[in-house]
Amino acid sequence: MNIHEYQAKQILAKYGVSVPKGRIAFTPAEAEEASRDFLAEAGSVCVVKAQIHAGGRGKAGGVKLAKSREEAGNIARELLGKVLVTHQTGPAGKEVKKVYVEEGCQIARELYVGLVVDRSTQRVVMMASTEGGVEIEEVAAKTPEKILKEFIDPAVGLIPFQGRKLAFGLGIDKSLVNKAVKFMTGLYNAFVASDASMAEINPLVVTKGGDIIALDAKMSFDDNALFRHKDIEEMRDLDEEDPKEVAASRFNLNYVTLDGNIGCMVNGAGLAMATMDMIKLSGGNPANFLDVGGGANKEQVTAAFKLITSDPNVKGVLVNIFGGIMRCDIIAEGIIAAAKDVGLKVPLVVRLQGTNVEQGRKMLAESGLNLITAENMDEAAQKAVAAAKNA
Amino acid sequence: MSILVNKDTKVICQGITGEQGTFHTKQMVAYGTKMVGGVTPGKGGTAVDGIPVFDTVGDAVKKTGANASVIYVPAPFAADAIMEAVDAGIDLVVCITEGIAVLDMVRVRRFMEGKRSRLVGPNCPGVITPDQCKIGIMPGHIHKAGSVGVVSRSGTLTYEAVDQLTRLGMGQSTCVGIGGDPVNGTNFIDVLELFQKDPATNAIVMIGEIGGTAEEEAAEFIKKNVTKPVVGYIAGATAPKGKRMGHAGAIISGGKGTAEEKFEAMQSAGIKITRSTAEIGKSMMEALQKV
Repeated sequence: MNIHEYQAKQILAKYGVSVPKGRIAFTPAEAEEASRDFLAEAGSVCVVKAQIHAGGRGKAGGVKLAKSREEAGNIARELLGKVLVTHQTGPAGKEVKKVYVEEGCQIARELYVGLVVDRSTQRVVMMASTEGGVEIEEVAAKTPEKILKEFIDPAVGLIPFQGRKLAFGLGIDKSLVNKAVKFMTGLYNAFVASDASMAEINPLVVTKGGDIIALDAKMSFDDNALFRHKDIEEMRDLDEEDPKEVAASRFNLNYVTLDGNIGCMVNGAGLAMATMDMIKLSGGNPANFLDVGGGANKEQVTAAFKLITSDPNVKGVLVNIFGGIMRCDIIAEGIIAAAKDVGLKVPLVVRLQGTNVEQGRKMLAESGLNLITAENMDEAAQKAVAAAKNA
Repeated sequence: MSILVNKDTKVICQGITGEQGTFHTKQMVAYGTKMVGGVTPGKGGTAVDGIPVFDTVGDAVKKTGANASVIYVPAPFAADAIMEAVDAGIDLVVCITEGIAVLDMVRVRRFMEGKRSRLVGPNCPGVITPDQCKIGIMPGHIHKAGSVGVVSRSGTLTYEAVDQLTRLGMGQSTCVGIGGDPVNGTNFIDVLELFQKDPATNAIVMIGEIGGTAEEEAAEFIKKNVTKPVVGYIAGATAPKGKRMGHAGAIISGGKGTAEEKFEAMQSAGIKITRSTAEIGKSMMEALQKV
C-alpha cells in the first residue's frame, strides 16, 4: 500500500525524523490559510506541493514556491483538479485532489537516503547517496559506486556506527554527523515499526542553518502486515488506486489492469503470468492479470468473472485453471452463475485441468453456455486470440 | 534416491486442527506420506484421523521422532510456527502459508542462522518425491516417479510443468516449490546443488518468474557447477514495470528483474530456455535426447 508524502512525514515525525512543518489543504482557501504560519517572517517562502502517489512531481510542475498567501492560493487553484503526468504515473497521469503547504528552507546540500528489504541478504538495507534530488534508479544504473549501503541485522537494528559510516561517506560535516545518525536511526525505526516495504527520502536536505531534514518522503507498506497497523490502513487513499483493483481486493482477488483486450482468469500467480505470456506469444494482448487464488469459492469466481467482463476493452475471455486445491467444478459453477447473472457478450475460452476436471467440463457442457474449450495452454491462448479478433 | 524427502521421512503437521491442515493431512496420508503427528497449541492429547496432536513441536518430535514439518498455520502466526519447528531441531520445515509479512521472514531467517534446519517456502506448494512422500498441497496424481528434478517459484505453474512431463512419459525425482515471496528459506541454488549431487536426478526443470535476481544468480551457479541438462522458463514476460503480479516477489522494480534479463542469463549459462509455457515438457524431451 502506498501513502502520500504528508502522511509519510506524519509517521516519520513520530519516530524523531526531522520534517518541515506543513499542513494539508483541499481547497485554494485552505492553502492560503495554511501558508499564513510559514510566511510570517519577512522574506520567508512556502512550498505548495501536489499530493499524488507518484514520484517526479517537481519536474511535472507539481511543486511550487510561494512568497505570499495570495500566491499560495493561486498555485493551489492551479494545481487542484489538474492532471499531473510524471515518469511514474503513466501517460494518463493522476488528478491532484489535495496539496501540502510547507515551510520553505535554505538548502545547502541535497542527499538521498532510502530503505528496502534486500532479497539476496534477506535483510533491510539502508542506501545513501550524495546524488539527492535526482532519480535514484538512474544513479544506481550509471554510477552504482555512488550508492552506499549498510545491511541491518534485525536482531540489533541500525547500529550507530553504521549511521556514522553512511554520514561520513556522504561527506556530512562532522558537527552534523550525530544529527544525521539520529535521523537515520529514526528512519529505520519507523520502517520496521510500521512494516514498510520501502522508505525513501529524496532529497534529504542539509540546511544552511545546519539542520538535517526530510524535504520529501515516500513510504509504502507490506500489505501482508497491514492487519497489525490499522492506523496506517486508514491512510489508504482509494482515489489513487485503479477502481477495478479496489473492487478485486474486496473479494481477495489479485487483479492488475493491463491494456490489451483478452480478459484472463487463472488460479495461481505464476500460471496467471504464464497465461498472459502465452496470449502475447499467440499474437494477442492480455487485458488483465487475475489470480483467483488457491482456495477460491463460487462467489469469488463470480466476482472475478464480472470484473473481467465489465472492462469495455475486453473482446474475449480466457479461463485457465490447473486445479490443485482449487477444484474445477467450483470454477465451472462460478462461471455459470456469473454468465447467467450478467450475460455472456464476448467469446469465452475455457481450459480446465487437474482436480475434478471431468465434473467441471461436464457442468460447462451442460450449461448451455456458448463457450470454446481447449485441452492445453497453447491451444487455449490461440483460440482466445482468434476469437477476440473476430468479435 | 531423491532429494529432501523420501519414503522414510516422518512428518508432523503444524496447524493440523485447522481446515487446511486437516484437509491436506488426509490428502498426504492418502498419498502414502508418513504423517506421524500434528501440533496445535492447546489441543495436545487429541487426535485427527487417528494422528496424535501435541501442544508443542518439541513434544511432537520427542514422541514421534519426526524429522519434517509442514505448516498450515495462518499468516499472522506462521513465523512463530517456523521458529518453533527450527528450535525443535526439525530437519526440513515446509511452510505452505501465504501472506506472511516480509519483515517477519527477515527475523525468521536471522533466527535460523547457525541452526541445522532447512526451510522450504513460505507461500509454496511444498515438496514431493513421487510415490514416496508428498509434503504440501500439490495434486499427487499428476506426478510420476522418474529422474527429472523440478524447482519452481510458483505453485500451479509447477503443476502445469509436471503434468506435461508426466504426459510425455518423463517422471520426476523430486519437485520442489520454493515459493513466491521475496524472503524465503530455500533458493534455486540450494535445490540445484542437491539435484546435481542426487544420482537419481538426470535433468532439471527450473521455473522462475519476474522480480529479484534469484534466477540470474542460479544461472551463474549452473554455469559453474551443474553438468546435468537444465530446461528453464520464466513467467511474466508481459508484466509491466512496477506492478506486483500476485506474488509479493513478482515485481519489476527499478527496471531490474525483467523476464528478458533472466532468459538471457539462463541462455548464456547453457540452459535450454523455452518462452512457451506449453513447451516445457517438449523442451525437456529434446534436451534428454541430446544427452
